Amino acid sequence: MLVNQIAVFLENRSGRVAEFSRVLKEAQINIQVMSIADTMEYGILRAVTNDNKKAIEVLRANGFNTASTDLVGFKVEDVPGEMCKVLEVLEGHNINISYLYSFAKAGEEHAVILLKVDDNEAAMNILAENGINLVEDNIL
Amino acid sequence: MKVNNMAYVFNESIELMPREEKKILQGKRLRAVVERCYNNVPTYREKMIEAGITPEDINTIDDIVKLPFTTKKDLRANYPFGMFAAPKEEIVRVHASSGTTGKLTVVGYTQHDLDDWSEACARGFASCGVTKNSIIHIAYGYGLFTGGLGAHYGGEYMGATVVPASSGNTARQIMLMKDFKADTLCCTPSYAVYLVDELHKAGLTAEDLSLKQGFFGAEPWTEEMRVKIEEGLGLKAYDIYGLSEITGPGVATECEYQAGPHVQDDLFYPEIIDPVTLEPVPEGEEGELVFTTLSKEGMPLIRYRTRDLCSLIYEPCKCGRTSLRLARITGRSDDMLIIRGVNVFPSQIESVLIKDKRISPYYHITIDRINNLDIMQIDVELERTVAFDEIKEIEALQKKVSADIASAIGVSAKVNLVSCGTIKRSEGKAVYVTDNRKI
Repeated sequence: MLVNQIAVFLENRSGRVAEFSRVLKEAQINIQVMSIADTMEYGILRAVTNDNKKAIEVLRANGFNTASTDLVGFKVEDVPGEMCKVLEVLEGHNINISYLYSFAKAGEEHAVILLKVDDNEAAMNILAENGINLVEDNIL
Repeated sequence: MKVNNMAYVFNESIELMPREEKKILQGKRLRAVVERCYNNVPTYREKMIEAGITPEDINTIDDIVKLPFTTKKDLRANYPFGMFAAPKEEIVRVHASSGTTGKLTVVGYTQHDLDDWSEACARGFASCGVTKNSIIHIAYGYGLFTGGLGAHYGGEYMGATVVPASSGNTARQIMLMKDFKADTLCCTPSYAVYLVDELHKAGLTAEDLSLKQGFFGAEPWTEEMRVKIEEGLGLKAYDIYGLSEITGPGVATECEYQAGPHVQDDLFYPEIIDPVTLEPVPEGEEGELVFTTLSKEGMPLIRYRTRDLCSLIYEPCKCGRTSLRLARITGRSDDMLIIRGVNVFPSQIESVLIKDKRISPYYHITIDRINNLDIMQIDVELERTVAFDEIKEIEALQKKVSADIASAIGVSAKVNLVSCGTIKRSEGKAVYVTDNRKI
């Protein structure tokens, strides 16, 4: 199963991330994971929330250009070298990763890694074949 | 500063002609040009018929007020050659400048027109000390733009040596000026200021050059810029005015007294009108500058509205020339912007944006002058449903819009994508330009 993510366009303007969080707060939406990629001029804020559909709706209504993307997610032991193992598998199969981000909740033994690849189906099959623990649902 | 005492009158019988006598000449020429237009250009004939006049009604220069105006819209409607009043076999050159909707404004010249244009430039050059022994370095762009070739032929016409450097490659420009010992420079005022800085960066001063005078035009400039150019390049800086529709540079050029450009008013007749009522304003008052070409064959223009706001100086000049002079251009009666010497209309940008479904028609232009170079930034708003997952998608859209705009307006602009709804909507007159340049 794929993990759905929202991606928000951010121009280089102060206060945009605060505005983003305010909009979600007012809609009672909880942010579970968040990461920001940026260049000199632009940024993209990527997040998984407890209700992405509603989040996209309220964000668009408030002037945020928002995309919905499906990512491949997998769990690894929260110990050194675990992510490397997985990436080597993907590399061996020429799966190109556009971006990834990871998170680990305090007190849990697993870390979750989210991947953006060109072909989700192929990546999931390869990971499954190699015994990698895929995230089973959107509840992280 | 080097003292300039070489100035001379290129065409004494015309330039020193008493005003009353010149009015008679202007009247005769006006009648001839009106006849030419009436007989050869359907648009003019229709307009005159509509105004209830024929060439027989034009007997003196004061009758000019009876004639209908010509605007850029007329030129656009007759794109490309519909306003030409001479047969194709007599047209020897065309020039063009950017228009409001991406279409160019085309101008055609007969050999007679090119000679008149050269004479107009030559008179201006001579009035500031350029002679047959001069070396004129021309750093205006050559091509469809009239700047380069206009100054070029003017220089050759008076027998000076012309260096057709064209624009760009500043290091080479400085080397050429230094090695050839050019005494005269022609370029845009903003480029002249840029040259001052580049000269210093190269470890050189005005003393390393041999410049005595420079002719700067194609965009508005200030007295502060004049001081900077004069001090930095060691020359006297003269204002040269022109527009391609009328002919190009040299329609009016300052003399050695730097007291406002002298209009070559035996060739180009100036009027100032109220841009709202279209009535002539009282002598010396400010309004919109209107030109009628009195000697052109290829594409004569009758009462062409330049949209430049200024006034005419009637007071006789110390140099003895009897022509009227232009005061500083203070603005525009339309929304045209001049960016690095290129005419840009916001509507051209709008027409590009409308074509791409991913962006909204809302935009905002900000113009700054950074290091003496005009920098235009255009904030472009995304459509509500447009979304990006990766930065490279944003950059691809930005690149595409930048390229489309550059090809439409002929000058590069920095495109800045912004979220939907962030450009301020205005209720009345749209405010889509912030011009931070101090002109």
